[in-house]
Amino acid sequence: MAGGEAVATPAPAAEPAADAAPEPQHEPKRVEVTAEARDLISQLREMHGDLMFHQSGGCCDGSSPMCYQDGEFKVGGSDVLLGEVAGCPFYMGAAQWKLWKHTRLILDVVDGRGGGFSLEAPEGKRFLIRSEVMDDDERARIDLSCPVRRMG
Amino acid sequence: MTTYARPGSADSPVSFQSRYANFIGGDWVDPVKGNYFENPSPVTGHTFCEIPRSTAEDIEKALDAAHKAAPGWGKTSPADRAHALNRMADRLEENLERFAVAETWDNGKAVRETLAADMPLAVDHFRYFAACIRAQEGGISQLDEDTVAYHFHEPLGVVGQIIPWNFPLLMAAWKLAPALAAGNAVVLKPAEQTPVSILMFAEMIADLLPAGVLNVVNGFGIEAGKPLATNERIRKVAFTGETTTGRLIMQYASENIIPVTLELGGKSPNIFFADVWDADDDFRSKALEGFTMFALNQGEVCTCPSRALVARGIYDDFMAAAVDRVEQARPGDPLDTDTRVGAQASRDQLEKILSYIDIGKKEGAKVLTGGGRAEMNGGLQDGFYVEPTVFQGDNGMRVFQEEIFGPVVSVTGFDGYDEAISIANDTLYGLGAGVWSRNMHTAYRAGRDIEAGRVWTNCYHLYPAHAAFGGYKQSGIGRENHRMMLDHYQQTKNLLVSYDPKPMGFF
Repeated sequence: MAGGEAVATPAPAAEPAADAAPEPQHEPKRVEVTAEARDLISQLREMHGDLMFHQSGGCCDGSSPMCYQDGEFKVGGSDVLLGEVAGCPFYMGAAQWKLWKHTRLILDVVDGRGGGFSLEAPEGKRFLIRSEVMDDDERARIDLSCPVRRMG
Repeated sequence: MTTYARPGSADSPVSFQSRYANFIGGDWVDPVKGNYFENPSPVTGHTFCEIPRSTAEDIEKALDAAHKAAPGWGKTSPADRAHALNRMADRLEENLERFAVAETWDNGKAVRETLAADMPLAVDHFRYFAACIRAQEGGISQLDEDTVAYHFHEPLGVVGQIIPWNFPLLMAAWKLAPALAAGNAVVLKPAEQTPVSILMFAEMIADLLPAGVLNVVNGFGIEAGKPLATNERIRKVAFTGETTTGRLIMQYASENIIPVTLELGGKSPNIFFADVWDADDDFRSKALEGFTMFALNQGEVCTCPSRALVARGIYDDFMAAAVDRVEQARPGDPLDTDTRVGAQASRDQLEKILSYIDIGKKEGAKVLTGGGRAEMNGGLQDGFYVEPTVFQGDNGMRVFQEEIFGPVVSVTGFDGYDEAISIANDTLYGLGAGVWSRNMHTAYRAGRDIEAGRVWTNCYHLYPAHAAFGGYKQSGIGRENHRMMLDHYQQTKNLLVSYDPKPMGFF
């Protein structure tokens, strides 16, 4: 299990050139990825090609991220794109995101068994979401009303 | 008090095979690719058998067998099918203790629950649908003097079922009983976390069904579940699980234009109105028990009452007593009949629960009791145990909005009826709910105002057959546990018959 120090830090915002108009402040990432999860994504990408994530809700294997071949799961107007993890789009239902938007998500991986049709199950792994509550600074820098792309 | 000997020891009522096969066409068939996965017991965390890691090739074999069996099975009389279901129920009942211990070993749940709930309910479920199919009637409508519409029930044919790990055999019974009663052949994919009891069940009832009517194929969702759910040779797919996979299954079903039934979980409110506290009597004690029901089955229930709403006027007294009641239920050896809270079903489930407890704390929810992994000993130290946990916070917190699927309840207070209903309905889900009140008017109004398919009123976590179970909102489609589930496994055939010998006069 990855500790907090293993979490990838967002790239620092580029310094605006002196003569350029001031750029908007860098927005913190909504979803990040641990080194272990990044490694597993690389492994799965070699096996299955491009990948995507969709955060599930509900029972059993829910409340966890699902990993599919890119395009396998049809996202639509009820989904939002939170960002990319290791080059893979990470989506969530818009209604669910409204309840999660004050938290920053960290995609991690643990040893485990199965989870719906998620691709990592046969490898004896399970993707898992850890979460941090955004601090005041992050909230100030992030547009909480509509920071993500609505699909469809 | 009894503590059952662990499977594998001489005194256990259960002995497992070291390796299982798939049940296809009435035979035990090895997976085509020859791969297996290890199946650990959550009780100890240690592997006890191997299970086929099946693929599309195995699903095709099972569908071949099912298609061979379906036409004949669909034409058997309801009396014959009912008889088969009743005999399946009898077999399970005769072996109830053995199956209860096996289920506990595979799933981690306390044996007192498998003995008293899972197995008796599964037995009754087969009997219930045996009765339903005998009693089902078609329709005859006289449209005019010479024209009659006959409505017949016909089986769909071959159906696919994908079931969860929280009540392995009971969920199999919920799916199989209506499907088989209605005359369908089934390909069942059990959860990879809990495959064993269903295989034992198939072994035990193999002689009661024609070969190919029931087929069980094991494996991972992506490798075995997907080839089943996407298959153009199934006429329906039934799934219990979570929302993203539920959507994916609907998406696959849309490609084949077949119906789906889905049960996708919830975040069920359990409302305690102030009059609960009016007297220190049995009812008060029952309400406190109702609060503690979040820990039943280690919280791994789609209807776990994981949000408790307590009237502000009684909040402090109620919660003091409620926490005391919760603290009497500590995790223990699942094979001990006194144990009320067993092990979580898998390592990743344990990790997920701990991650939610973590975010609850970070969001500022106050831990009233529990709040971490339960440290065990006596050979259980590698098992997956969580302390029953009570959070106090507000309904906007994520621990109030996401199904944790562990023994965790999030509690908040409310002022008056309207606020109680408003909080109760402020959720994406609508599967279950609880209402506790001595006032019949309050209880009735609340039950009708809550947007959920099942509102337990002055009770919780009862699952008798003949009480419909299913979700509003994102909790799913369909109603199990009731004869209306037959409709989800049957076509309607209309014969429109004219008894008038004369031409209509059009041509």
